[in-house]
Amino acid sequence: MFKAFSFFLEGLYRKSPSAAYSLVFLLFLYFVAFFADFIAPYPYDVQFRHYPYCPPTPIHFFDEKGNFHLRPFVYGHKLVDPVEKRYAVDYSKKYPVYLFVRGEPHYLFGFIKTDVHLFGTKGGHLFLFGTDRLGRDIFSRLVYGTRISLTIGLIGVFISFSIGLLVGSIAGYFGGIVDSVIMRLIEILMAFPAFYLMLALRSMFPIDMPSVLVFLVIVVILSLIGWAGLSRVIRGMVLSIRENDFVKAARVLGGSHLYVILRHVIPNTLSYVIIAATLSVPGYILGEAALSLIGLGIQEPFPSWGNMLSEAENVHVLSAHPWVLVSGVAISLVIIAFNLLGDGLRDYFDVKLER
Amino acid sequence: MFKYLLRRLLQMVPIVVGMTFVSFLIIKLAPGDYFTQLELNPSISKETIEELKRLYGLDQNLFVQYFKWLVNALQFNLGYSFAYHKPVLDLIGERLLNTLELTLTSFFLSWLIAVPLGIVAGVYRGKLLDRAITLFSLFGISVPNFFLAFLFMYFAAKTGLFPIGGVVSQNYDYLPWWAKILDRLWHMAVPLSVLVIGSIAGLLRLVRSTIIDELNKDYVKVAIAKGLPYRAVVMKHAFRNALNPFLTLIGFDIAGLLSGAALVEIITAWPGMGRLMFEAVMSQDLFLVMGSLYIGGIMLVIGNLIADLLIALNDPRIREKEVEGRVV
Repeated sequence: MFKAFSFFLEGLYRKSPSAAYSLVFLLFLYFVAFFADFIAPYPYDVQFRHYPYCPPTPIHFFDEKGNFHLRPFVYGHKLVDPVEKRYAVDYSKKYPVYLFVRGEPHYLFGFIKTDVHLFGTKGGHLFLFGTDRLGRDIFSRLVYGTRISLTIGLIGVFISFSIGLLVGSIAGYFGGIVDSVIMRLIEILMAFPAFYLMLALRSMFPIDMPSVLVFLVIVVILSLIGWAGLSRVIRGMVLSIRENDFVKAARVLGGSHLYVILRHVIPNTLSYVIIAATLSVPGYILGEAALSLIGLGIQEPFPSWGNMLSEAENVHVLSAHPWVLVSGVAISLVIIAFNLLGDGLRDYFDVKLER
Repeated sequence: MFKYLLRRLLQMVPIVVGMTFVSFLIIKLAPGDYFTQLELNPSISKETIEELKRLYGLDQNLFVQYFKWLVNALQFNLGYSFAYHKPVLDLIGERLLNTLELTLTSFFLSWLIAVPLGIVAGVYRGKLLDRAITLFSLFGISVPNFFLAFLFMYFAAKTGLFPIGGVVSQNYDYLPWWAKILDRLWHMAVPLSVLVIGSIAGLLRLVRSTIIDELNKDYVKVAIAKGLPYRAVVMKHAFRNALNPFLTLIGFDIAGLLSGAALVEIITAWPGMGRLMFEAVMSQDLFLVMGSLYIGGIMLVIGNLIADLLIALNDPRIREKEVEGRVV
């Protein structure tokens, strides 16, 4: 398994190095998502009420006099202007950064209770990317947010591609009246302005649902919007695949329609589907982020990269505390990675796609 | 030609009807309606609400309601908004102008910039210029437009160079005509640049890859071999053949003129359709939502129609087969 993967990674690297780096980066993020409780210095909902909009506390190796310290440290911060939320660095207080430090208790994998975090300080505060209006550590929330943003793409793509593949191949395989009916339905679905459809579908469910349910609802909504375009392409491909002799042979040998579709038609579309899937993951990430941004997605206190950005909607907050934008940088990086990976896979499988 | 157009227009009808019916169902399936909020208000009596519901025909059967709405909508009588107490058409009309002003400008700007850049990148494939353009387009399609909007708003707020929110200045009415145009452009600078960057990036990729595909074909080699200047080969032969996918995309762009900028509008406080629709959906303002979707859907099918027509005009093979019905 591991050997096969490293072989694939090597092949990908030879075709397109950037795609290989992106794949490694994304796998690293999935790793982060899995161990989020451990990697984040603080739980996502811990509020440091005395540190609202605290700026990022950089990790120093050199102190203010230029002396080198082997163990990195952060300076303390003091709130000097509680109205404008301005802070001053307190050079007299140095807090060393330790690995495997004890902090707030959390449940690793949801059931192992522990209070060990990957890194942190003792006594002081370590806010790598600053804090938000309630004084919650943005870096920790970002780490927890990977869970939503990275899984929503995978699950959404899985659902919509299952529907799209099946419907598209049925339409292309049978042709005739089945084909026309399905194509008309798809045209209707594609006639919706996507953003408005998303809003309308979301309004079918109450705003204040439990977070897990909201997550599911968003995935389902995005998948419902996403499958139509794909099945159109698949239909076109299947139209030409079904003319192949191996399809006829499978029929003559007594394979049922479903068998032929699943075993002979769909596998022939797979290299396209893998690439299209990779390139459509960003759409789901963006969809979730957009919904959460305007307050219809994942609800506070649960962090998602989208709802963390919603603080930036206030121009004054944005211009005074630009670090609230950090989750937008994260979204962009992940999407760049998925796009590079998709392009690289296209070279790797040597498939021509329109667009 | 006329017959083809008529046939295509007739094909549009079931799509728009189907789309509006589905949206009607969706809105009706949502828990509660606009009046559930009113019922919570103690100063409005139950009888008033019943009266209002009867007035808007909401006490009737679902299908009857939809049918009545449809008959009216076909005559562009889109009913009244509950929340604004105004005809939906007037409400949409105001906002529609703002949205179109923004999206049309972005549409023209991005095509004007992207097509030449894409051709250049395709022709100089692999060179430094191409790499720079490709890198830019990778970032452009990857950075989400809402994030870009925040970045530009941060820039605007920090430097004070561009206004945030609003369509025109206060002294707009006293400005000469050229200053009026500049004033409008100045106000839409933030959302406009976000939209333009996003759509240039996508377009660039398409233009570049199709040009590269065409340049590798045999007829281009023939044209070069027989001694035509390279510029003429690219512009007259390759570009013309590469046009088809762009024309499809123009259709998509026209379709998205109404709703494509919705999120950016909401974030940058541009008073367009986006925010109107957002609020309408949230307050379950039935006829307003239906009206916006209806017009949005019509724009979409018209966009596709225009794309098909343009393709037929550009490509004689398709024209003969689809429009004139000749078997090739």
